[in-house]
Formats: sequence, C-alpha cells, structure tokens
Amino acid sequence: MTLNPEKLLNDFETGSKRALARLISLIENNGKLADDVRDALYQKSGRAYRIGFTGPPGAGKSTLVNQITKAYRQQGKTVGIIAVDPTSPFTGGALLGDRVRMNDLTLDDGVFIRSMATRGSLGGLSTKAQEVADILDAFGKDIIIYETVGVGQSELDIVEAADTTVVVLVPESGDSVQAMKAGLMEIADIFVMNKADREGADRAIRELSAILHLREARDWQPPIVKCVAVKQEGINDLLTAIDRHYCYLQEHHLLEEKRRERFVQSVHSLVSTRLKNEFWDERARRILEQHIAGLDQRKTSPYRAAQQLIDHFKQSLAKQ
Amino acid sequence: MTDFEKYKKERERWEAERQTKSKDRPGKFMTTSSVPIDHLYGPENVQDIDFFKDVGYPGEYPYTRGIHYNMYRGRLWTMRQFAGFGTAHDTNQRFKYLLENGQTGLSVAFDLPTLMGRDSDDPLSHGEVGVCGVAIDSLADMEVLFDGIPLDKVSTSMTINSPAAILLAFYICVGEKQGVPQEKLMGTLQNDILKEYIAQKEFIFPPEPSMKLVVDTVEYCTRHVPKWNTISISGYHIREAGSTAVQELAFTLADGFAYVDSCIEAGLDVDEFAPRFSFFFNSHLDFFEEIAKFRAARKIWARHMRERYGAKNERSWKLRFHTQTAGCSLTGQQPENNIVRTAFEALAAVLGGTQSLHTNSLDETWALPTEKAAKIALRTQQIIAHEIGVINTPDPLAGSYFVERLTKDMEQAAEEYFQKINDFGGVIPAIKQGFFQREIAKAARQYQDEIERKERIIVGVNAYREPDEKLEIPILRIDDKVEKAQVARVKALKEKRDNTKVRQTLDRLREAAAANENVMPYLIDCAHAYCTIGEMINTLKEVYGTWTEEPVF
Amino acid sequence: MDRKIRVLVAKPGLDGHDRGAKVIASALRDAGFEVIYSGLHQTPEQIVEIALQEDVDVIGISILSGAHMTLFPRIMELMQEKGLDDVLLTGGGIIPPEDAEKLEAMGTGKIFGPGSSTQDIIQYIREWAESREQTETK
Repeated sequence: MTLNPEKLLNDFETGSKRALARLISLIENNGKLADDVRDALYQKSGRAYRIGFTGPPGAGKSTLVNQITKAYRQQGKTVGIIAVDPTSPFTGGALLGDRVRMNDLTLDDGVFIRSMATRGSLGGLSTKAQEVADILDAFGKDIIIYETVGVGQSELDIVEAADTTVVVLVPESGDSVQAMKAGLMEIADIFVMNKADREGADRAIRELSAILHLREARDWQPPIVKCVAVKQEGINDLLTAIDRHYCYLQEHHLLEEKRRERFVQSVHSLVSTRLKNEFWDERARRILEQHIAGLDQRKTSPYRAAQQLIDHFKQSLAKQ
Repeated sequence: MTDFEKYKKERERWEAERQTKSKDRPGKFMTTSSVPIDHLYGPENVQDIDFFKDVGYPGEYPYTRGIHYNMYRGRLWTMRQFAGFGTAHDTNQRFKYLLENGQTGLSVAFDLPTLMGRDSDDPLSHGEVGVCGVAIDSLADMEVLFDGIPLDKVSTSMTINSPAAILLAFYICVGEKQGVPQEKLMGTLQNDILKEYIAQKEFIFPPEPSMKLVVDTVEYCTRHVPKWNTISISGYHIREAGSTAVQELAFTLADGFAYVDSCIEAGLDVDEFAPRFSFFFNSHLDFFEEIAKFRAARKIWARHMRERYGAKNERSWKLRFHTQTAGCSLTGQQPENNIVRTAFEALAAVLGGTQSLHTNSLDETWALPTEKAAKIALRTQQIIAHEIGVINTPDPLAGSYFVERLTKDMEQAAEEYFQKINDFGGVIPAIKQGFFQREIAKAARQYQDEIERKERIIVGVNAYREPDEKLEIPILRIDDKVEKAQVARVKALKEKRDNTKVRQTLDRLREAAAANENVMPYLIDCAHAYCTIGEMINTLKEVYGTWTEEPVF
Repeated sequence: MDRKIRVLVAKPGLDGHDRGAKVIASALRDAGFEVIYSGLHQTPEQIVEIALQEDVDVIGISILSGAHMTLFPRIMELMQEKGLDDVLLTGGGIIPPEDAEKLEAMGTGKIFGPGSSTQDIIQYIREWAESREQTETK
C-alpha cells in the first residue's frame, strides 16, 4: 500500500481502517504529512467525547476499558482506544500488551484500538496522542479512550487533555498514597476503586475520601465508583458517573474551555517542535560543537553559547 | 581441633595448592539452571546436614532416599509412554501395540480441542483435531479408545486439566459399560489446574471455580473411586516453560500445598485424600541437579505433610512421582543425538527414585513420535532397568558431598520461594499478580541468552553444527482426513442421540454449578446422555465465566 | 522520519505454549522494536485485524501445535483480503523443514525451526525492513 498522503486521505474518507492505521503511523513517526492533509483531518474532528483512564500498574485499566467499551457499543456508540505504554529508555523498544485484555473487541467493526509507545519524545507525546485522537475522531468514532499507566508526567498530560479523566485504583494498601504522590489525585474527575471485591476495599475507599475531603471544596467533587471489572460489576455506575461529569462540563461551559486549552496546548507544542527543527540546522550544530571544543579551557559558557545560537537564528531568518 | 576445623584448614591448604598448580578453562561452571558450582565438595560442605534428619533410610521419613524400602529391587518403575493421536480408533491401536511390547500402563495424550474443552466441530478447533493427541468429543469416543482394554487390569493416566472432571466422568462410564465398578478403576488424572495459569496456559475458567472443580473430583474419588490418583501435581510444564530446577520444585510443591489447603477447607481429612496425590516432574539435562531436585522434593513434601498439616498416614507423607524427560532439551538439529540426551535424563530420574517414567522420542522437536522413535525411547528405559546396574541399591548417590549439598540447597531455596508466595497471599493471588509467570519468563530468557552468548553449549545448535544438515528422520503426519472424520462423527452423534435428555442433564449441571454443589454426579449423567465436552464446558462457562491472563515478560 | 519497526507477536490456535513467543517478544523489544503481543488463543481473523489496526511491519507467529499448515495459509489469505501486502509474515515453532519450505514457497517469510537464535531473527527482520525501505524510496 502506498504512503501517498492524498491517496490515504481519500481512502480514509471512504472508511478504510487501513488508511486510518497508516495515517496514525505517519503522525507517530513525524512523517511527512502536508499541513493541508492535517487541516482536512482536523476539520473533521471535534465531535467525539474523550475519556482518559490512568492509574498504577496492575490496577486493571485495560479490563475496565474493555468493559466500558462494550457498554458504549451496546448504546450503539463507536469507540477508538489509544493504549499508551512506555518505551524502554535503554533500548528504545517497547512491549505493548494492553490489547490482550481487549481481544474480544478486535473483530468489532465499531472499535479501533491502537497501541502507542511513549518513544521518549520530549513533551511531544501528549500532542501526538491528541493528534491520533483527532484522527480517530475524524474517522467518526463517538468516544475516544486514552489508557496510560500513571507513572510519568507525559503520560499524565495525555489523560489530562481528555474531557473526563478516570483514575483507577485498587485496594492494595498505600495505593491512594502512591497515587497522591504521583499527582493522580489532582487530575481525577472520577475515581474507580477496581477489584472492589478484594479485602480492604472499603477501608481504601474511606482513606481515599478522607484525602479528598481535606482538599478545598470545588464545584465538581470526584465520585468514587466501586468496580470489579473482571466480573463486569460497577460498569453501569461508571457510565453514569462519566455522563454526570459530561453534563457538569456542559452546564458550566467547560467543554469548550477544555477544547480551547487543548488547542492552545497543541499550538504551543507544535510551534516549539517546529521551531526546534528549524533552529538546529547544520550551522547551529557546528556553533555548538565549537563551544564544546572550548569547554576544557572554560573559554565558553552555556549562556554565551545560547546567545550566539539565537543570534545566528535571527540572522538566518533575516536573510530569508 | 574439631573435625570441622580440620577439614576447613585442609581445604584452605588445598585451595592454595590448586590455585598455584592448576587453572580452570575459561567460562562459567554452572548448572542448567545457572547455579554456580564450586570447585570441590567435601566434608566441610555438609556440616549442616544431619544424616538422620536430612538423609535417613529408604522407605522411612523423610524419604530423601526413596519412598520404598527396597526401591527397584522390589519393583521396577512403571514404563509409561504418553501416546495419543488421530481418532480414538488410531490411539486404541497404538495402546494395544504398546501393551504387547511390554509397557505396563497407559497414558493418554489428548488433542488441543479436547484439552481446551472444545468439540471437534468448533471453529477454533480447525487444524488441531487429532494433531497433538487423540480427539475425544463424547463418551462414544472414549468407548472406542478403550475398546478391548480391560479397565480393571490396566491403569490409565490422563493428561487433562481444565476439563479433567469430564474425562473422569467418561472413564467411569466406560468402566461401567465394561462391567468394572468405579471402586476398581486405577489411574491418574493430571487435574492440576494451577500450573495451567502458571505455565501451560490451557485454562478455561477463572482460578477460583477451576479450583472448585479440582476439589469436586478429589472429594468424589475419595468417596467412590478410592484407587484413583486424583491430582498429578505437575512441575513438568513449569520447567518446559523455562523455569529453573528450583522454581520447578518450589512452584510445584506450592501448588500441592494449595490443593491440600483447598481440600481441607472443603471439609476433607488430609489423610483421606493426600495419599492419592501424586507428582509429575521434568528430568532435564543437568544430571546432579535433577537428582538433588527429586530427593529434595520428597523430603520437603514429607516434612510439610507431617509437621504442617499433621497428617498421620505415612502414605500422605510419601511423594510419589512420574517423570518425563525434558522435551525442551531436545534439538531439532542432528535429532539422533536426542536419544543420548534422553538416556541421561532418564538415568537421573531413576537415580532420583521415580515411580514411573516417560522417555521422549528423538523426533519430538519436529512432530509427534513415529512408532520406531517411540520404541527406541521405551527401549532406553529397558536398558537402564536391565543392563547398567543402577537398580541394585536404592539412592546410590546418597552421601556424595556434592549431591547432599545440592539437595539441601534446593530445599532451602524452595523454602524461600514458599515464603515469597505466602507474602502474595498464596498461589492464586500470586498467579493473578503474574509472579510465577514473570519468574519463569525471566529464567527462559536467561537460558536463551546464555546459549546465544555461548556460555552454554548445545551440541548441534551453537557448536558442532553441520551447516548442510538435512533432516533424515521420518516425520509422523496426521492426515487431515482425521479432522473431517471426527467432525462428521460428532455431528452425527449430535443428531442421533436423545437431545431432550442432553438438554435436561445440561440444565441440571448448570443448576448444580450455580448452587455450588459437587458437579461430578451431574457430569456423569451428562456423559451417559452423550453430551459433548464442548456442551458441558460451555454450560459451566455460563456459571463460572472465562479467564484471560495479563501477559508478563 | 523516526520510524520504528513494529512487530506483532501472535499465538494463533488453541496452543498455549508461550515460552518461545515471550522470549522472542522480549528480545525484539531489547533490539529496539515496538512489539505488540496478541495474547493467547487468537484466530487468524483476530491476528490480521490486530496487524491492520496497529499498522505493523511484521507479523511473527508462534505455533507448536502442529496446526501450522492450516493457520499460516489462512492468515496469508486474510492478509491479502485486507490489503496487508507489504507486511512480512514470519514465524516459527514445531514446524518440520518440509512444511517450512512449503510455506515459504506459498509466500511467507522465513520460517524459523527449533534452536533458532533470537539474534538471527532480529537480523532477518532488520534486513527485510532495510530492503523494503530501499524499494520504497526508489
């Protein structure tokens, strides 16, 4: 199959999943995709509701996403899932196994699942994940779900960019404390206490609500939903909680605000990525090399190097 | 100066001499499980070993030296070759051939659809019917499988786990039809579901209801089929999945204790059921490590059964085990060499005091064994039994500083694993958190890396290769006619049987499962009504649900 | 373009022996590939659909059950149907050389038998990816 973007866009418009998958790869790989293709895709998006799922490893996020997707499918909604897993910082490789828990969705035509590795991109991950969500949105999915392990800031940025963020915890002791340390408490619109049939679930819920009550009161108090995802228990309660959050966002005109924020964030991120790419041309890299060479005698400093690079960049702009 | 001080001093002197007068080849000296091995073992290495407490005498607690007083002087081990392929009729012919050639017990290999509780006409069964073993869909097939084989004289081992209760029901029904009451049936059901989650991955239901099914069979057999070995607690598959010897030992025994706990919880007395538990181990290439593993296994089991569970019956203390040589140790390259590997592994099993043994065939890395290859494997056992003099005295390696040290180390390492498993809250919670799976995956990767770095030499694979080698051995082919015939057979059965009765018995099974009753009697009724495996399993799935594992690497 | 080689490691059929699949999956990850693991007991339809959605470069199949002559051809057929014509289908397991030759003649990539080293498999995939890139840029 050709990688010609125009052809891909045509196929995409006729509903080709293959074209959708390929376009996602182009985004992931920073491939050449003309801005008019991106424009065309972006203009089609904006309809889907975006839900982020995060939480510590082993909390049962994939199983929960699997169940909630089935519930949406029963309502006749189509779903796109973006499952993000970390890239190994040592090898650059990744093992993406989230689909295993969602295998009964594979052959459902109304569901599209894509596994993404973080690829250690500097702050660009969130933008990329959003772009992938935009494409799934443009493809016509009603619901977009992000799933990431809540370990690093870039993963948290992804879910935070969702309309509703669900933080999944399990009753294991100290889980909520860990979650607080990891910054999960601040981003949650809804908490799920998964595996709630385990010992200690009620105690964990009490601990969690105690922590929540210590915070300043806010308009939206995140509810805590009890689930046993493997037994399909609590899924309807979670659906209701998500709907309630959606209504809350609607009533307070926060949905538009979230979308504006996402737009601003994307623009910021794109500008800085593109600027960086233009900035580091052949000459700029040479300037840096020269400064490194002078480092032994302390004939340079990072400040001086940076200023010289910026001067060079301004000059080259003026020449254009 | 005490003896120990003297040994230690002498050892230090010798070490100094050795280092000046000799030099080791480069490379690591380690077991197949990557355990480093010392230069030399002497009295100083066994100071913590007490002869009476740790070694003792054959036939007596702690059974380190074997569970019988006379071991193979009394009776040789059972030479039990696992067999099964194609239709029930094909396997019935192979069974008769094996019995005529001196085999003393039967061991049934089922095909994957049967192992996974699916009928031959299930879409997922396509391509797998009768390939890895015999295809059994209903009692009708089981009747053909044992046609002309008297079930009161021959003992049968059935390698089946998730649907084990159903196969037992079939066997009981065949016995009944032959006029053999269930009290007289002899055999073994593998029925070890825990190792499926840990290693072999042929699970259907979630762990808890699966465990309940196991307890149902134990309870039923304790009351009605007293000569039946209810669970064959298996390390074989754990090892094949890549574990080390210690992991095989520890995880298998931990599984065994988990079954004991569950049966006690169900209200059974330990001495009622524990004597009918048996074990199934792997015998891998590292001769001494394997022998130490078997010896340690007996000792640990005996101690836990007596001290921890308070078992009074000596038979509850005795760990009886079947051994199979390691399939994963065989090579596709120069397959004839596999005869030699298997012979050493079989010898380790015999020196380790096994009660029965399966020797793998030279062609098993490529396909199921041909008749010729299976015969050589059986002959290997006969040569060990009759020609090389290892059966003359029980546990001939006892007292070897090296073997006693290894045995004790194995035991201690296993105890450390028991503690870890305990910290997870037991075997099932540890399974759910991927503990065993992760340990095994790590060990498998390490073994492979050692081969690729040539720290471990495998003849024909990473050394002594024959680049232009052509495979010269015949390969057993399963005709795809088998699948067509079996599919037609099960379809015909579904038409001609009394389907009202099928529905009724399945409904009662569903109710019994939902009410948490012992399902064995209901499965026997279903079997009599010619319900298929798939129908029974699907009925149980409605109550129990299914299981998907979280993959760990 | 920062292209990563994406590989689907899949276990078709009823066979649960995942030692090889997992060793390969982790070795491929360590070689810098992005590995999608299918999990056990997948049908050919599921495997090809996953490959499509994940836009993988390579499908690696592990079969130890003897059902390879049914499963490989079915996967190839579905790949053609879905237009996965530039995806490499490779694999291994208990597959006699004669069958491996037949499958390769039918158009699969290399079939790896017992005793294959992960390094050989990694190298094979890298070389395949390089040669594909060359034909793409032509």
